[in-house]
Amino acid sequence: MRSGQPLTGTNGRRCKEDEKLINATLRAGKRGYIIDTRPLNVAQQARAKGGGFEQEAHYPQWRRIHKSIERYHILQESLIKLVEACNDQTHNMDRWLSRLEASNWLTHIKEILTTACLAAQCLDREGASILIHGTEGTDSTLQVTSLAQIILEPRSRTIRGFEALIEREWLQAGHPFQQRCAQSAYCNSKQKWESPVFLLFLDSVWQILRQFPCSFEFNENLLIMLFEHAYASQFGTFLGNNESERCKLKLQQKTMSLWSWVNQPSELSKFTNPLFEANNLVIWPSVAPQSLQLWEGIFLRWNRSSKYLDEAYEEMVNIIEYNKELQAKVNILRRQLAELETEDGMQESP
Amino acid sequence: MEHIRTPKVENVRLVDRISSKKAALGTLYLTATHVIFVENAPDTRKETWILHSQISTIEKQATTATGCPLLIRCKNFQLLQLIIPQERDCHDVYISLIRLARPVKYEELYCFSFNPKLDREEREQGWMLIDLSEEYKRMGLPDNYWQLSDVNRDYRVCDSYPTELYVPRTATAHIIVGSSKFRSRRRFPVLSYYHKDNHVSICRSSQPLSGFSARCLEDEQMLQAIRKASPGSDFIYVVDTRPKLNAMANRAAGKGYESEDNYSNIKFQFIGIENIHVMRNSLQKMLEVCELKSPSMSDFLWGLENSGWLRHIKAIMDAGIFIAKAVSEEGASVLVHCSDGWDRTAQVCSVASLLLDPHYRTLKGFMVLIEKDWISFGHKFNHRYGNLDGDPKEISPVIDQFIECVWQLMEQFPCAFEFNERFLIHIQHHIYSCQFGNFLCNSQKERQELKIQERTYSLWAHLWKNRGDYLNPLFRDDPSQTQGTLHLPMTPCNFMYKFWSGMYNRFEKGLQPRQSVTDYLMAVKEETQQLEEELEALEERLEKIQKVQLNRTQVKSKQSEPSRHSGFSTSDNSIANTPQDYSGNMKSFPSRSPSQGDEDSALILTQDNLKSSDPDLSANSDQESGVEDLSCRSPSGGECVPSEDSGKDRDSDEAVFLTA
Repeated sequence: MRSGQPLTGTNGRRCKEDEKLINATLRAGKRGYIIDTRPLNVAQQARAKGGGFEQEAHYPQWRRIHKSIERYHILQESLIKLVEACNDQTHNMDRWLSRLEASNWLTHIKEILTTACLAAQCLDREGASILIHGTEGTDSTLQVTSLAQIILEPRSRTIRGFEALIEREWLQAGHPFQQRCAQSAYCNSKQKWESPVFLLFLDSVWQILRQFPCSFEFNENLLIMLFEHAYASQFGTFLGNNESERCKLKLQQKTMSLWSWVNQPSELSKFTNPLFEANNLVIWPSVAPQSLQLWEGIFLRWNRSSKYLDEAYEEMVNIIEYNKELQAKVNILRRQLAELETEDGMQESP
Repeated sequence: MEHIRTPKVENVRLVDRISSKKAALGTLYLTATHVIFVENAPDTRKETWILHSQISTIEKQATTATGCPLLIRCKNFQLLQLIIPQERDCHDVYISLIRLARPVKYEELYCFSFNPKLDREEREQGWMLIDLSEEYKRMGLPDNYWQLSDVNRDYRVCDSYPTELYVPRTATAHIIVGSSKFRSRRRFPVLSYYHKDNHVSICRSSQPLSGFSARCLEDEQMLQAIRKASPGSDFIYVVDTRPKLNAMANRAAGKGYESEDNYSNIKFQFIGIENIHVMRNSLQKMLEVCELKSPSMSDFLWGLENSGWLRHIKAIMDAGIFIAKAVSEEGASVLVHCSDGWDRTAQVCSVASLLLDPHYRTLKGFMVLIEKDWISFGHKFNHRYGNLDGDPKEISPVIDQFIECVWQLMEQFPCAFEFNERFLIHIQHHIYSCQFGNFLCNSQKERQELKIQERTYSLWAHLWKNRGDYLNPLFRDDPSQTQGTLHLPMTPCNFMYKFWSGMYNRFEKGLQPRQSVTDYLMAVKEETQQLEEELEALEERLEKIQKVQLNRTQVKSKQSEPSRHSGFSTSDNSIANTPQDYSGNMKSFPSRSPSQGDEDSALILTQDNLKSSDPDLSANSDQESGVEDLSCRSPSGGECVPSEDSGKDRDSDEAVFLTA
């Protein structure tokens, strides 16, 4: 489950309905976990503004865990630093790694993935219900819930499943795309609400994809495409900040959906992963620093030639396609032979 | 064996470095060649074998309530933490290993007792697999400009060079001998690589003994001869791979570098690559980063940058690129040297050759490259990699760096190499393992004196036999890729160089991608091959039957064979696919379920288990890649059967995800 923060405020208000609601999700005899994506001190400070966190006394069956996923302008600054480091044209790139480190981008990825894995573990290992929230429930919360589903649910790794995931956990859940994806890394003025939350999510998905290349029906291109369309698109899917706004804008009548374009067979082939082998696995990514890499497809895209990597991809597709072709031919011949042999057999009998 | 104080200790615990809670209980054995840990668990009795040659350091740590910890660090980056209950036993093991890991005689090394059960003829043939004289022929050396010189046939001119050397035709024996006296260690300029497309060459030597003002006519003539052997180029590059400061400092010691004033028609170029001591420290620092328990991203990146390792790798690559460009684009011959011409020179020449000539990117070609530029040209394997106990200041990861350069290239040019990452890792493993005789001693002369070829086996033959494991499925054999020089930008591309976790975290399977694209594609290719054969057979039968039917004769055709289930390996993902401890207290996991064949730890079969088809499962051979699994594919190409359980892992640590 996901939500916004409880409005306990400085008085320690409680709300019986809220408690009843989440307690209803608990399985018999099991406790639940509340994952607050803010560190404890931040959650405590939120009380001064009317927010807060769930008190143990009021929610006795729930265990609260605090993580520390960054938000808002910190993420935006991180993106700006990273992009600057990648585009540095001077020859003195000796401090590349420390610039990468200073951007903290990969640190954010690590934190987000770790939290998502934690959430997934609660569900998978303990069979416990979980509630995830940050402040508003529109940013880090969504990163965690959607990634947890990618880890746990093989359907989220199919193309349709992933599209549904985005619809559900990002669009319908009210991630304010308009605010967050206004100007990206090169904006001159400091935008208060600008933040690459969705990009961090896509990057995290890419990290898992890289570790489990055969477990996703889609490839990197889909993720890159989504990144682009979140910022600027001729489709209406990512416009607006929430369902209500989209209704008011009458987007369904006035614009085309991104999915309708993506799901055309001609386009779909570009986004399909040739290595995909459907499986029922829960996939647990490694969050060790050695396992997390810079997403070259996004950040070095314009700095280096992808010619050789493209060739490799093509070769891979050829190998798999050729195999499928052969398989088909062999099947046809087998059937043909079988028929002919039975015919023969029939001709033999008097 | 006299050095083994205690051959067997029971109730030893092998600590899982990933999660210190999981320790396997078993028995520790010390043999003349290996340390072996056998787990008590009755269903697996999993064995971990470590060759003494692989042991780099042994550390006895402070005794705790559970016992005395002993930490064994290996040269192939494996780390073993043992807990021995009795302090006395621990001390005995420690002392024994210290001695065993530092042999004083060559005969103590494993290669002299290793027996893959091949007969003498097979052993000999193994050694003849790589023939350098064939290689020089393949290069297309023209007789009128280059010649094979036998001036060093008894190693009397230079004892670290091979007996067969190629020099310009105009370099007489007099010139050669004179030049050798003017070069450090008498390593005079000789041919390393000849680029037949434009008749240009790469030659290698050591530094001249020029001091501040000394000159040597023969040495100057030697360089002239090299230039004249490349018709059409009016100058040659002389590349000194040392930092300028170091080279200048050498002058005070009577050595130094070539002055453009004295040597006519040369263009001198420094390309600073640091020396062996800097490299040794750099690796040390990087390994310390790898040993951190659950490092943050910052710890890791900062530690990596601080070690400078990737910067050094880039420096070596840049030097190789410079030389390759000089040869292929400027058409200028190059003479490369460092101080003694056996470390940085070897690295840089081999990288350049790899960029220039696609032959060296094939399996066999790569073996030839190492045989030529490293083995034959007297790279000091013994000193650098500690075959025998020696001066610790001589130890340095020189060839490791070269091997990493190759890996970095493979990452950028995935279709250009016939071999895969596993090939590189196994070669590195065996340089240290001393299981084969190729990498012993410091020179061809020493190896001949020890009669290596008659008393040991060749790694090349072993790798070649198992080459199916080492192929790159994406290798493109077509002219556009393979006939070309690889072009790499030299410009600010630090971000191109990645941390090689496959090598430095080799035994931590959880850190590697859990599904191997290489293995998957190889399996597909194998199936394709089977399908092709089946297609042919089916087509033949169809033809026959159709003919027969035309003739209206009754023919009983054979029953079709049962549909072959050529599935891919079905090992489930659960083994490498267990969740980590995401609370941040521990490093990444994964726990291995005992029923899975083990994937990590060097598994070297005992001589009893050796089958003739598999003389040595050096380290992990097919389990090496750290990856597994490919869910099976049914022949009809339809939906595959999903592997069973979803990460429900039998013996994983309980997820501790409580944080403050």
